[in-house]
Amino acid sequence: MELHDVWFVLIAVLWTGYFFLEGFDFGVGVLTRLLARNRAEKRVLINTIGPVWDGNEVWLLTAGGATFAAFPEWYATLFSGFYLPLLAILICLIVRGVAFEYRAKRPEENWQRNWETAIFWTSLLPAFLWGVAFGNIVRGVRLDADFEYVGTVWDLLNPYALLGGLVTLTLFTFHGTVFTALKTVGDIRERARKLALKVGLVAAVLALVFLLWTQVESGDGASLAAFGVAVASLVAALGANQAGREGWAFTLSGVTIVAAVAMLFLTLFPNVMPSTLDPEWSLTVTNASSSPYTLKIMTWLAVIATPLVLLYQGWTYWVFRKRIGTQHIADPVH
Amino acid sequence: MDLALAPETLARWQFGITTVYHFLFVPLTISLAALVAGLQTAWVRTEKEKYLRATKFWGKLFLINIAMGVVTGIVQEFQFGMNWSDYSRFVGDVFGAPLAFEALIAFFFESTFIGLWIFGWDRLPKKIHLACIWMVSIGTLLSAYFILAANSWMQHPVGYRINGEKGRAELTDFWLVLTQNTTLNQVFHSFSAAFLTGGAFMVGIAAFHLMRKKHIPVMRTSLRLGLVTLAVGGLFTAISGDTLGKVMYEQQPMKMAAAEALWDGEEPAPFSVFAYGDVDKGHNEVALEIPGLLSFLAHSDFESYVPGINDTNEALQEKFGPGDYKPIVPVAYWGFRWMIGFGMASFSLGLLGLWLTRKKFLLPAAYRTGEDEVPRLVLLKRPLGSRLTRLYWLAAVWTMAFPLIANAWGWIFTEMGRQPWVVYGVMRTEDAVSPGVSQAEVITSMTVFTLLYAVLAVIEVRLLVKYVKAGPPELSDSDLNPPTKLGGDVRDADKPMAFSY
Repeated sequence: MELHDVWFVLIAVLWTGYFFLEGFDFGVGVLTRLLARNRAEKRVLINTIGPVWDGNEVWLLTAGGATFAAFPEWYATLFSGFYLPLLAILICLIVRGVAFEYRAKRPEENWQRNWETAIFWTSLLPAFLWGVAFGNIVRGVRLDADFEYVGTVWDLLNPYALLGGLVTLTLFTFHGTVFTALKTVGDIRERARKLALKVGLVAAVLALVFLLWTQVESGDGASLAAFGVAVASLVAALGANQAGREGWAFTLSGVTIVAAVAMLFLTLFPNVMPSTLDPEWSLTVTNASSSPYTLKIMTWLAVIATPLVLLYQGWTYWVFRKRIGTQHIADPVH
Repeated sequence: MDLALAPETLARWQFGITTVYHFLFVPLTISLAALVAGLQTAWVRTEKEKYLRATKFWGKLFLINIAMGVVTGIVQEFQFGMNWSDYSRFVGDVFGAPLAFEALIAFFFESTFIGLWIFGWDRLPKKIHLACIWMVSIGTLLSAYFILAANSWMQHPVGYRINGEKGRAELTDFWLVLTQNTTLNQVFHSFSAAFLTGGAFMVGIAAFHLMRKKHIPVMRTSLRLGLVTLAVGGLFTAISGDTLGKVMYEQQPMKMAAAEALWDGEEPAPFSVFAYGDVDKGHNEVALEIPGLLSFLAHSDFESYVPGINDTNEALQEKFGPGDYKPIVPVAYWGFRWMIGFGMASFSLGLLGLWLTRKKFLLPAAYRTGEDEVPRLVLLKRPLGSRLTRLYWLAAVWTMAFPLIANAWGWIFTEMGRQPWVVYGVMRTEDAVSPGVSQAEVITSMTVFTLLYAVLAVIEVRLLVKYVKAGPPELSDSDLNPPTKLGGDVRDADKPMAFSY
């Protein structure tokens, strides 16, 4: 296994970490409309992710920075090619971050309601758009001989990619719902479990179709195995949720995300962005990667820094392990 | 194509707008993180309530500010790929590494520990909670360091080779990129300027309250801390500005010649105070100059030769082939002056304030004030009258934003002064832009960013004003009795959270 293969795996790990972590906080954002019955419950939801959403988002920045360093051609093609969808995601992430931080900084109801509306939409849209983006990456896009994207923004909105978007949206919402059941106490916890069943079933059907489509179109043995794990863990997550085993339900919905992302990257390899115009014009781990020297330095960085990050981020979750209910929110209308 | 609408021009405008805007928040974040950490340390060590109230007050302003810094920073991580894809392809092997280091080391640090600090008041023991804000501070400094190393490589590329076969620059010595003199001087200069900015911010707000005789113990402490930060930051900004200038005279003589609108080399060279030039004819029509000073700034003596714009342009043409290697001279010239002028105006205000509010040194005993009194401003032997005192407080309030203007012009100067290069001597800006991104797309994104940023600026400033006016918060029981166990004490299980969104 050469260094550029190692880095393909590491980039996959970073995206997986991002979808696992921000997946549930996007989901919680969506739940502010889907689950919360009043404003106090909205605040309970927002505060379950309060201390951690920012750290979760850094997985995306790191995936971006690491792709720049390890696969400059991939970074350049992907982000210039998917210009407008990425712009939409960036706008959402900007507004979303400000919404979390500023919502409680004024008592006026209008002010708070506006930010709550923002949290819902800016969680829902990226959760959908990332699926669209990855659908297109896996399936391939119109790249010319210079690895420039020559398609239009409408080409990106093809049925397969749109289905991918629905899968990430529903899967993240499910992930967020089981997270809510795990992190809250009281009435909202019970309702979260009930909602998880519904959302989970929808996610399961969509994911099954999307992953099967992927497997038939470009899968191999390894991707089939990941496919199996994804489906099995999603079913098991639903079972655990029904049995009231909230920790297991969350872990298993996380495994589903990990397996599904792994499956997409397995079907992608050794390409990083296939060209639908000519296979010769596809970006691969070889022609997109940095020099061995840069990859060596980056590997040292990853080997030393990643375990530390996992350690102190894990510690954060432990510090804030207590469940939150409406009684923990200082002033319900504030 | 019309140059004004060329993809390169539009992409540059967008980069300029988003980056200058982002950098309004960065220096305040860097300095306030450290200052808040310092205040909280004082609280933990002395248990004086004024320090905790100061920590909460400045901490709140810090959080309002860092939220904007973080979200506008996301754009920066992706903008190279979006709008500068040919740049990314050509330099990613070198330039990507410090960005990845920044993300994996600094961003995770900042974002994780800021969450722990915000929500940790009733979940973490006192000293661990304090450690969190120090971690945030370290994160902000590391982040700035790595991105400045990346920028320094654009100013003065080192530790790389050109791979002709792959048509790109490749890293050969990462350590050199991190430690070359351009990096060290830029880091020194940016860090000092960050503290100059934070000091001026603190002094201005403390002056606002002291003028109204409100929140005196907290604001008195803040004033002192702000003045010392401002004066020390200002001093180091001036020193590092001088050393960075000397480095730039060696590495980018054109930038520095443009900064002086020095069209033809002179020996000794004067420093220009005011000039009005004719760019087409290549000389100044009006000039007010201090003889010999430029020679000193460039080479530490008052006699030596400093090359001018026209000489340097010829030298560059000989080296890189025909073309025009001049940046936009008025922008470089005035950017340089505004940077120094606004920065040093704040520095002077800090020095003056430090003298006026001295506690004992050469101060008649009758005018010394206690902790609950507004400090008296004493020039020599007698206090200033009420009008002059008020004037000083007002000046502090009104010049609070001067360092922000100086920072912005500093970056505009250093980036526009490097043109036509994006990587000096290696890659031209016109070759760096994304070929596949259309005019319409860039106009769309630029418009969206500009409008969104404008709206957010209004929201942010209003929030800051609200919390500045509210003053330091009263302390509650749970503030004064932090938990002893990680995750919070059992007795508090059903109490409302000390902080919630």
